[in-house]
Amino acid sequence: MPQGIQLGDAKAAEIKAVSIGKTFGAFRALKDLSLDIGRGEFLTLLGPSGSGKTTFLMILAGFTAPSEGRLMMDGKDITDVPAEDRSYGMVFQGYALFPHLNVEQNIAFPLKVRGRSSADIKRRVGEMIERVGLVGHEKKLPTKLSGGQQQRVALARALAFEPSVLLLDEPFSALDKNLREMMQEEVKRLHQETGTTFVFVTHDQSEALALSSRVAIFNHGELLQVGRPQDVYERPANRFVAEFLGEINLLPLGALRLDGDKAAGQFEDRTIVLSQTGPQIGPNAVAAVRPEHMTIAATQQNPDHNAIACRIEDATYLGAVTKYHLKTRTGTSIAVSMPTAATTGFAHRSDVWVSWPTEQGFLLPQQG
Amino acid sequence: MTGKSAVPRTILLLAPLLLFLGLAYVVPFLGVIRWSVTLPEPGLGQYRAVLTDPLVQSVFIRTLRICLIVTAAALVMAYAIAYVWVRGTPTQRMLAEFCILVPFWISVLTRAFGWLALLSNRGLINTWLQAAGIISEPLALARNEFGVIVGMTHFLIPFAVFPIASAMRSIDERVLLAARGMGASRSRIFWSVFVPLTYGGLIGAALIVFVFALGFFVTPAILGGGRSVMVAELVYLRIFQSPDWGLGAAISVVLVIFIGILLALMRRFIKPAHLVG
Repeated sequence: MPQGIQLGDAKAAEIKAVSIGKTFGAFRALKDLSLDIGRGEFLTLLGPSGSGKTTFLMILAGFTAPSEGRLMMDGKDITDVPAEDRSYGMVFQGYALFPHLNVEQNIAFPLKVRGRSSADIKRRVGEMIERVGLVGHEKKLPTKLSGGQQQRVALARALAFEPSVLLLDEPFSALDKNLREMMQEEVKRLHQETGTTFVFVTHDQSEALALSSRVAIFNHGELLQVGRPQDVYERPANRFVAEFLGEINLLPLGALRLDGDKAAGQFEDRTIVLSQTGPQIGPNAVAAVRPEHMTIAATQQNPDHNAIACRIEDATYLGAVTKYHLKTRTGTSIAVSMPTAATTGFAHRSDVWVSWPTEQGFLLPQQG
Repeated sequence: MTGKSAVPRTILLLAPLLLFLGLAYVVPFLGVIRWSVTLPEPGLGQYRAVLTDPLVQSVFIRTLRICLIVTAAALVMAYAIAYVWVRGTPTQRMLAEFCILVPFWISVLTRAFGWLALLSNRGLINTWLQAAGIISEPLALARNEFGVIVGMTHFLIPFAVFPIASAMRSIDERVLLAARGMGASRSRIFWSVFVPLTYGGLIGAALIVFVFALGFFVTPAILGGGRSVMVAELVYLRIFQSPDWGLGAAISVVLVIFIGILLALMRRFIKPAHLVG
């Protein structure tokens, strides 16, 4: 370890990325990325494949050197500190367990590397095995474990030496849905128990929203928005973020008028009133409304709510919610999710009103 | 291919080889077995001789010693070459491939004489060293056990490279990254992660080299100069240069049984696919 730099010892570190860029040949994998990762926060890097999120994680880990920009940890420049000296915990996609070592030996590896005493290693390994619920599996090789168990070993190994940062690269992508949800809970619990800074990469938006204290959304090597899950979900900065985080209805508005914190525009023969969002809304804007914020009724209910006339095309029963597909008079598709208990079973092809409170909709630019 | 026709078709495809091996190897070898128990008189006398004759004993011991040294030397060098071949830069990889394949294509005879030209008393090495005034008398590099070991090791390295490289290739890069991320130094990653993950390849390579080395004939005959006789040469001498066919046959049978045991061990420990890279 370079002199004067004490890494991996603090309980949780804060990281500051300053104008990080990365090019592979002619391909720009990351463009001018600046991001502050707070002490002890759970930050998720979310984006489709090829968006640059994994490249950024590899730069954080020290496995990839950035082409431009600096990386700071707790006020120190760590851009040129190699991965082995950063000593962050890391959980890889596919777990990357040592196939020739059993559960105990896998978890002990980082402790041995640090030259801890064998009594200390034994105590710590036992503690971690208990914490991730692998008691009784200590002597098994990774190939004898299920996917979820391997995942637990990977987590225990990454956290055993109490790293100041834990990096997780799509750790749940190979697990089935139930197991994935269980492991999400477990990771959340480990985050709370350890207080370590977690940086988590995923392309699964619901996973990102469920786990994180903040979400950073990437596309084409650019950081599009960072914010708390409810902020990015309910107030997305642009259409990509809005659409990537979940289904959303987009209604093109005409005759747009901005008035303080409200906006109003024309859709078909109705005036739609919306909370305003986004700094640079041009004359062409769309009203964006999440399906679960809309309700269907046979008649127009609250006159203060926005309402448009629609016809029901299709209904899909999904258990707790029922999802309706509707068409407006001019043929724009609308999706509405309603709690099944709150619906009275609308007839196919029936004419209904779709309405939503003005504060639930927001404006987005037509493009981008 | 459907499951039903799979087995007959496999047999059909293997038939020419099986037929050839049967006619050219198994049937004649049955004859050799017969000699070993009938010449010069019926009985197991020749096998008793194999176990007790001091000359035969010393040849067996020398053969084992040479094979062990050759195996160890070939493994170490093959490991280094395989490492460069699998993990080097594109140029290094090409160079390694060249170094592995070119000798592989040159006949064993040519290579043995090539080493003789280098190692003999009036060979290149001794001439140069004498001309440079470093030595006054030529070093005994050939026509002894040292020459045999050099020539055999050189010949057998490629056979060890393939299984080792195959094992190296199947290592998940992320496992090595993970070790690095946990703070492990390069030498620690190499010795406690990389090398253990290639043990399968190393065992395969060791068995292949050892089995090949046991039956070596041409290289020891040329580079040993009759002073470092190995088992195969002893069989040749017994059968072609003395009337002692029975003893030669018995030695052959013992050698074949020994190799058979080693091959059975090899089958137990490694998958055939790992041996071909």
